[in-house]
Amino acid sequence: MATHLTPLWEVFIRSRNGLNHKHVGSLHAADGDLALQSARDVYTRREEGNSIWVVRSEQILASDPDKAAETFEPAADKVYRHPSFYDIPDDVGHM
Amino acid sequence: MYSQGLIGSGSENEESEAFLARFQARIDAEEKIEPNDAMPLAYRKTLIRQIGQHAHSEIVGMLPEGNWITRAPTLRRKMALLAKVQDEGGHGLYLYSAAETLGVSREEMTEELLSGRAKYSSIFNYPTPTWADIGMIGWLVDGAAIMNQVPLCRCSFGPYARAMVRVCREESFHQRQGYEIVMTLAEGTDEQKEMAQDSLNRWWWPALMMFGPHDADSSNSDQSMLWKIKRFTNDELRQKFVDATVPQAEKIGLKIPDPDLKWNPEKNDGAGGYDFGALDWDEFWRVVKGGGPMNRDRIAARKAAWENGRWVREAALAHAAKREERAATAKVAAE
Repeated sequence: MATHLTPLWEVFIRSRNGLNHKHVGSLHAADGDLALQSARDVYTRREEGNSIWVVRSEQILASDPDKAAETFEPAADKVYRHPSFYDIPDDVGHM
Repeated sequence: MYSQGLIGSGSENEESEAFLARFQARIDAEEKIEPNDAMPLAYRKTLIRQIGQHAHSEIVGMLPEGNWITRAPTLRRKMALLAKVQDEGGHGLYLYSAAETLGVSREEMTEELLSGRAKYSSIFNYPTPTWADIGMIGWLVDGAAIMNQVPLCRCSFGPYARAMVRVCREESFHQRQGYEIVMTLAEGTDEQKEMAQDSLNRWWWPALMMFGPHDADSSNSDQSMLWKIKRFTNDELRQKFVDATVPQAEKIGLKIPDPDLKWNPEKNDGAGGYDFGALDWDEFWRVVKGGGPMNRDRIAARKAAWENGRWVREAALAHAAKREERAATAKVAAE
């Protein structure tokens, strides 16, 4: 059952210099060069960007959705990480 | 790793006048420079040095405040201080990563800090003997850092600018928690008020020195302005800081320790601003060059952290290698 599947790649596009590359989608390609070419054709036909990153999908490790609560909940009760937690008189001005 | 080995981006590795002119034209047009773009070697080196120093300052900056975590006077203050010190560690990591896009490794930067070849902000070489110092660091030191960092969000180098946007967003609580501490002491008993004033007396001048030498004596300043790495000169930022901070001190009844401090309605093109006294540049250079009260302690603490963490780094790598080997063995067995 040794079927050779064409690998899956995740595509990231920078819309212009100064901004982060953002994930836009994925595609299948045999290697990195082909993935970059396909990404250009699939995702930048209307000047969506000036830079492309492709990453093999299998190389991306994702957090476990079933553990989202225990992963992210600890930040929920830490209001003291926000500026509005501190009592500064209004007439001190912007701080 | 996407930038390493691409330095100069292939066709353009010679710094001809035409190349330098094209680069400057991009800067002048407010285009951002990204890691894979061709850039002059001096631009790259300046950024590696500046971002590296900035990252080191965040990391070393955890030490003076860390000194008070176990002795914070209330649980509220302890939670805030822990969160702040944790933020500073995170800021160091954002910045190291931004520098790494320029082709320098984390290990090289760490080595430069530990060997004393790389500098960090002179302010962190002062001690924190009282609780008021923790408030003073938030109010003055973070206040001065914010003055510096807000314009860096518009720096011409994309990864640095993006790291600064993140840092500034998180930084906003640091100054407020500091001012709240100082304000509480200033409204407290005579002893508490005195403690706040004594701390202000010790931190005021070092805080002003954080902006660096006068423009006339700042060797890197002109080129950095031209490349839009910096948007304001050292003296401009220092003046903004004084103008913003003096009313905050007056509001809580503390006195800025400067007999020459005076409102000058002519300053800032007629908008008004404060004249202030001369800074002790001998002290500044002494502290920058290693002669401050805490330089030895700070570097010793970083060295100890690096050495004491060695077995953890090695164990993690060994564990990862073992898992990889086991996975490979399992795969062979299955075939």
